[in-house]
Amino acid sequence: MGKYVAKRVLTSILTIWLVATITFLLMYLVPGGPFLAEKAPSAATLEALNKRFGLDQPKIVQYKNYMLNLLKGEMGESIKQRGRMVEDIIFSGFKVSARLGGMAILVAVFIGVPLGCIAAFNRGKWLDNLILFLSTLGIAIPGFVVSTVLMVIFSVKLDLLPTYGLTSFAHYIMPVSALAFYPTAYISRLMRSSMLEVLGQDYIRTARSKGLPQFKMIFKHALRNAILPVVTYLGPLLAYTLTGSVVVEKIFTIPGLGNEFISSIINRDYTMIMGTTIFLATLLIIMNMLVDIAYKIIDPRIKFK
Amino acid sequence: MNNKNKLTFHLDVSDFLPAAEEEKQSLAVMRESVSFWRDGLRRFKRNKLAMASFVVIILVLLFAFVGPAVYPYSYEQQIRGSENLAPLEYSAQELARIESGESVFPHFLGTDGHGRDTMVRLMMGSRISLLVGIIASALILVIGSLYGTIAGYFGGRVDMVMMRIVDIIYTVPDILIIILLMVTLKYPMKNLAENVPGFEWINTIGVGLICIFIVFSLLYWVGMARIVRSQILTVKEQEYVTAARALGASHSRIIRKHLLTNVMGTLIVTTTLQIPSAIFTESFLSFLGIGVAAPMPSLGSMAAIAIDGIYTYPYRLLAPAVMISLIILSFNLLGDGLRDAFDPKLKN
Amino acid sequence: MSELLLNIQNERLSFFTPAGEVKALNDVTIQMKEGDVLGIVGESGSGKSVTAYSIMQLLPHTGRVVGGTIEFNGHKINEMSEKEMQAIRGNEVSIIFQDPMTSLNPVYTIGNQIREVIMLHTKKNRKEANERAIELLTLVGINEPAKRLKQYPHELSGGMRQRVMIAIALACEPKLLIADEPTTALDVTIQAQILELMMELKDKIGMSIIMITHDLGIVANMCQKIAVMYAGKIVEYGTVDDIFYNPQHEYTKGLLRSIPKLNDTEHKKLVPIEGTPVDLLNPPKGCPFAPRCNSCMKICLNKMPEYTEVNEGHISACWLLQKKEFEQGGK
Repeated sequence: MGKYVAKRVLTSILTIWLVATITFLLMYLVPGGPFLAEKAPSAATLEALNKRFGLDQPKIVQYKNYMLNLLKGEMGESIKQRGRMVEDIIFSGFKVSARLGGMAILVAVFIGVPLGCIAAFNRGKWLDNLILFLSTLGIAIPGFVVSTVLMVIFSVKLDLLPTYGLTSFAHYIMPVSALAFYPTAYISRLMRSSMLEVLGQDYIRTARSKGLPQFKMIFKHALRNAILPVVTYLGPLLAYTLTGSVVVEKIFTIPGLGNEFISSIINRDYTMIMGTTIFLATLLIIMNMLVDIAYKIIDPRIKFK
Repeated sequence: MNNKNKLTFHLDVSDFLPAAEEEKQSLAVMRESVSFWRDGLRRFKRNKLAMASFVVIILVLLFAFVGPAVYPYSYEQQIRGSENLAPLEYSAQELARIESGESVFPHFLGTDGHGRDTMVRLMMGSRISLLVGIIASALILVIGSLYGTIAGYFGGRVDMVMMRIVDIIYTVPDILIIILLMVTLKYPMKNLAENVPGFEWINTIGVGLICIFIVFSLLYWVGMARIVRSQILTVKEQEYVTAARALGASHSRIIRKHLLTNVMGTLIVTTTLQIPSAIFTESFLSFLGIGVAAPMPSLGSMAAIAIDGIYTYPYRLLAPAVMISLIILSFNLLGDGLRDAFDPKLKN
Repeated sequence: MSELLLNIQNERLSFFTPAGEVKALNDVTIQMKEGDVLGIVGESGSGKSVTAYSIMQLLPHTGRVVGGTIEFNGHKINEMSEKEMQAIRGNEVSIIFQDPMTSLNPVYTIGNQIREVIMLHTKKNRKEANERAIELLTLVGINEPAKRLKQYPHELSGGMRQRVMIAIALACEPKLLIADEPTTALDVTIQAQILELMMELKDKIGMSIIMITHDLGIVANMCQKIAVMYAGKIVEYGTVDDIFYNPQHEYTKGLLRSIPKLNDTEHKKLVPIEGTPVDLLNPPKGCPFAPRCNSCMKICLNKMPEYTEVNEGHISACWLLQKKEFEQGGK
């Protein structure tokens, strides 16, 4: 078990380093440098800017400095938002996005899992078909469609919910719903097929033959086995939430990390882009690693490999 | 339990004559053996939802590829005076022309802020989305199959190394790389397009799309590679088993034919399901403004532009939104239907 | 009639599937007294497992009894609700299944799964249930029982797992144990051990056993009475001696012919029974075995044969026997 954890940690570190390096290469190998697009700065200004951002050093030195700083958690100064450090911007934006994303994930799990179970128990009947239909819709419809449609219905036509900002509870309803739409659908489908498979297993028949009441069969025997694929999905779920939040934050004008990221892309704020990319990638890689380890703990069969 | 033998019915002595072979055969149950494809096709046709989505896709393809050719307006044509028309509304100039006897083709979905007909832009946007989906899936199919076949066929060290690479690629977050590429390649690409002859097409397609294709070629094929590899491994195993039984070449041909149909089935399903995911990615990026370049419309960018006018012109948002949902949904349902029809394991 | 532990009368059972009604059981009658060991023999699809499962109402919801009655230990099984059945299952009647690996839940310990049935039907607390579990494991011949309780199913061998299944089945000292092909998934040597164990326990606890199998060798040793089933019908029923030394039905004879015997002096050919099994969606109106029977007569294809009593307690459903009686002037 310990060996597996160590192996996973090492691979994760390797991948993070790889992503950081690729990001660096892409950024700094762009001919012309980050200031080219601006209104042709004078040579002196250009030199001063380059100096300030350390771009006058040879690439290798820049790389070394950047990597070392990364280890300290420093990502340099934002090119467009002068005076603010990248890591500060990321942090303040992340607080907002994390709250939004966290709520969406909770909704997805606490609605998706029961829905999937209900569909499985009512297989073939109208309830199952309804849930299947809704979940197929949920998977197919892109996030921005959901967000915008919700906005049209609830803000424009019905005037029930606010369209931007995050100042009250009501402000959270639409963004969280929009963000949770796809994962809820996906999880309910996953849960349904997993539960159906488990219900057909022999050990459920054994449980029934012992005289166990229905609910005990389901909650004790079936659920713990059926939930395993959902646990595996948590990794990709997080990845989705990150990308999905970009859209939701843009549409509902929420000052989260996603919005910052997109702005930095459009504004060509290279240090910001780099910092955010590495931050998000690291987050994803670590979460995936944790999920993999958690899975091995839950399923005792794998422990003894 | 002990039914005494009672002759309660009329028995004919001839009843006790032995039965002929043909009489016995007529009761033997023979299930008609159908070929894999015909059986699958039959099951697919029974699936009403899948058939419906197939029809929808055909209609959408016609809409996107044939539509603009027959439609009187073109997607970049800006009609002065016809800005911001509501569906089926006519501008002052157009009304005047109708008065004078000319027939003016109506704007079924109105026009946008630049006077461009929304309907034809919807058609073009659908065309872009479909093209991206199909081309990207084709790329993934080719690269993934090749990679997976090589890994599976050669096995051993080669396979191990190739699969390690796949594992690493799997962990790299794709969207981030796409965005990165897009940002970094924008200028070099622009330079290429403007200064080097023969690269002008870069501008028409847009850097965004090119980056999407690059990333798909670099990252997205890994799933397909894994699937193909496991199928090749199954084929290999079967071949060893029959080789051990030494039954001659005809058997291996049968196996190759049989397993090839299995592999084909999985490939078709996976590729079909890959299309909507590619379309999703493209529209997502276009929505954020880093996909297809203007004036080429994309369903995603049309939706993005429409958000600002959401209170006054909600239909401008709804049209691309419904369109993209329809396309993705249909392909998903089609893929599901194909999977149910051609995957024998799921026979319930 | 009331000393009968099990009394199944003319049971007819069908599965209602999207493809149609699969007539799985066609007029099955079985009676057992306490202490009996009954063997039900037949091929896949003959209905042997279905019969047993119907005693415990363990079938999927598509399976329904459409005729006849099932009485067990004074309970009218047909009329009982799910809740009432839960009280009997694992308690008065237990079952062990074919594949011990898949029959145990992989994510819970052995101890957990044994305690579960004990605490369900008795008033023991966890500590007492644990002690009882250790007792049971010792009873079924598992060494280091206390250690085993903390282990997971995948850590045990196939034979041990099956012993655990037996321990679970016997935990509440049921009157009837149903064994559904308990040794098919095990090695031959382990097979013998498990069967021996079952007989031992039967005497110790005083329970009855229904042994379901396609293997005639097993029933020869264990069972007093044997029911041979084909296509949902009992085609022959009798004592072990009746069946082995005086088989009457062509199917029974066919089964016996297809087993290799150790004491064969010449090189005898193994004679398989030709033909394919019956389609239960469209069962024939005559004898289900007719198309595969060497002695098939015209009447066999058209009318379902009635039972002929060959001896006291030995019956067979075959037109050949009816023909014999007919020729002898009837009874």
